[in-house]
Amino acid sequence: MNGEGGGPPLLRVEDLRVEFPTEDGIVHAVDGITYQVHRGRTLGIVGESGSGKSVAALTTLGLTRGQGASIGGRILFEGRDLVTLADRELRAIRGNEIAIVFQDPLSSLHPFYRVGAQLIEAIRAHRDVSSAQARERAVELLGLVGIPDPRRRADEFPHEFSGGMRQRAMIAMALVNDPKLLLADEPTTALDVTVQAQILALLERLQRELGMAIVIITHDLGVAAEMADDVAVMYAGRIVETAPADLLFSRPEHPYTWGLLNSIPTLAGPREERLVPIPGAPPSLIRRPSGCHFHPRCPYAQPDHARIDPRLQAVPGTPNHHVACLLEPRMRQRLWEQLSSGRSPDEALAAAGVSEVRG
Amino acid sequence: MRADPVEQPGSSAGEGDRRAPAAGAHARGLAGAGEPLVQVRDLVKHFPLTRGIVMQRRIGAVRAVDGVSFDVHRGETLGLVGETGCGKSTTAKLIMRLLDPTAGEVRFDGRDITRLRGARLKAVRREMQIVFQDPYSSLNPRKTVGSIIAEPYAIHSLKRSKGERKRAVQALMETVGLNPEHYNRYPHEFSGGQRQRIGVARALAVKPKLLIADEPVSALDVSIQAQVLNLLSEMQRRFGLTLVFIAHDLSVVRHMCDRVAVMYLGKIVEIGPAEAIYDFPRHPYTGALLSAVPVADPTASRRPRPLLSGDLPSPANPPEACRFHTRCPKAQERCALEEPPLEDKGRGARAACHFPLTREELAAIGVRSAR
Repeated sequence: MNGEGGGPPLLRVEDLRVEFPTEDGIVHAVDGITYQVHRGRTLGIVGESGSGKSVAALTTLGLTRGQGASIGGRILFEGRDLVTLADRELRAIRGNEIAIVFQDPLSSLHPFYRVGAQLIEAIRAHRDVSSAQARERAVELLGLVGIPDPRRRADEFPHEFSGGMRQRAMIAMALVNDPKLLLADEPTTALDVTVQAQILALLERLQRELGMAIVIITHDLGVAAEMADDVAVMYAGRIVETAPADLLFSRPEHPYTWGLLNSIPTLAGPREERLVPIPGAPPSLIRRPSGCHFHPRCPYAQPDHARIDPRLQAVPGTPNHHVACLLEPRMRQRLWEQLSSGRSPDEALAAAGVSEVRG
Repeated sequence: MRADPVEQPGSSAGEGDRRAPAAGAHARGLAGAGEPLVQVRDLVKHFPLTRGIVMQRRIGAVRAVDGVSFDVHRGETLGLVGETGCGKSTTAKLIMRLLDPTAGEVRFDGRDITRLRGARLKAVRREMQIVFQDPYSSLNPRKTVGSIIAEPYAIHSLKRSKGERKRAVQALMETVGLNPEHYNRYPHEFSGGQRQRIGVARALAVKPKLLIADEPVSALDVSIQAQVLNLLSEMQRRFGLTLVFIAHDLSVVRHMCDRVAVMYLGKIVEIGPAEAIYDFPRHPYTGALLSAVPVADPTASRRPRPLLSGDLPSPANPPEACRFHTRCPKAQERCALEEPPLEDKGRGARAACHFPLTREELAAIGVRSAR
């Protein structure tokens, strides 16, 4: 978050709110989130389905505008507020300075058009070049993202590409106009692990070569750890914890982050390690729990946590680590010490001094 | 008052006892366990590729499963791992006889079930049940949860009185952690994790010996996955189930399984006890899979990692000899000429490779051997 990039951030999202009116009530998809990304850095946004992570990215590109969403807050890209920009001005930025890669490459490529033609279209939407020049650029980009024999491949249809190649083609399309910011929304979720490793390596290489900033949205903590300099964890439309990646994974502060880390088996841990699921299910974004939205699923919640809504605050001693949790910082520290040494939430509570918490 | 309807038939042993000694090699040595529950021999499934609409000509075949042999021992969990299109789900469907094999044999409980039909097939099917990946499409949205879970009773003409069925279903719901009062609700009223519990309850209704879980958690949110994994482990312990666990997530398989079979393009390339496979994989494909898994630890994961080159070849036209040789970093001439047999590589594991990985190579590709 506090990138060492220096200078003003490339993208700064301030108190962004996105709400969708529906027949059942208002969906609070994004509920006041703030983050920033510097040039050449990678922000990972981690969350489960329905946490609002994709809606935040789509809103950056104005892609939620047509859906009757009410949008509040500011999205500052190089100082310009994208929320208030006219559609025409936003179109000049979208696909040009900011590009996006979606999860499912098969449904994001048009099945009737050749891959090359789709790339050419994206190039000529923003640049006044001849189609021959655009075609050269398309072939060059397909080569850059590692598609073998790009000149021939440009004349193929999406169905002739494998899943990994389609995602490479999507990335090529995102890169056509040398974007400053790449939004990658679950870019590897539909792919097998070995292909995922190829795509992640490709994104890292392109970032090094082209100096883009990347926002990678993922539900996979492993992907976030591999890719991100900074990580924001989202739950029920809010950022509940944000920190530089090494800090977030070594000293997580939020019970939801603990829950995520302890509910997945790891390759490095002992084979018989105990999985501690987070009880319950993610909440409805129409009728959100009162107080701390996580309290119904939090093993450490106190009675007043159902009343008080926590704000994102700096963790004492680490100004670039923020958490929205009502537990005492020292209590959180003791709980995580217990949890990270393999204790269950109940045992951790007992060892960390329940009386103090419950009292 | 409510009798537990899901005691395992034949398992008169105390309920509380731990899962039968399972890890492959041990189970094999156990005289009491007798023969494996499932024996798969040279199993082949080819799906014909045709051209033309009225006059269909056969132009080839997708060789989904192309000669696999393995055993599933009683009480163990066998993991089937591999990437999309490697044939793991087809293998499961062949074991269940949801597909008819092109060649080869499946023996279940000592009997060849490959060519069973009618009532005898139905009787075998009662002993094996499956939990599917997608809890949204595998439950009929127009039926109540009660009737979904009771469906196996209807199919197999069990528990015919209405009251008896309801009691059995409610007991099952309680066993899998659902509120029995929700008997009359519809699937859409449940979350993904709860729906997967419904799927597990339905599978357990007829007290199967074998449970196949085909990617049971990959459609679920991260925080929910552990709920279903823990449920499957608990059910296995409680009812002495034999579990075939299919997944592409290697960490999950390591956590759940006693033995693991790694598949690539319709073949098993490595099989053995989970400790052996994860600690010291010998097949370069297993090594590549393990090194590709992202690790939720930034200090460990910033490492250069070798990537498999190219894409998965088409299973309609797999490479000759060793199928992995086109992408294998260790491939030599021999690999393109001579198919490596699945042979013993120590510690109870077998791999099909002429030039198996060494410890040094493993360290070089960044696979962290766990203890």
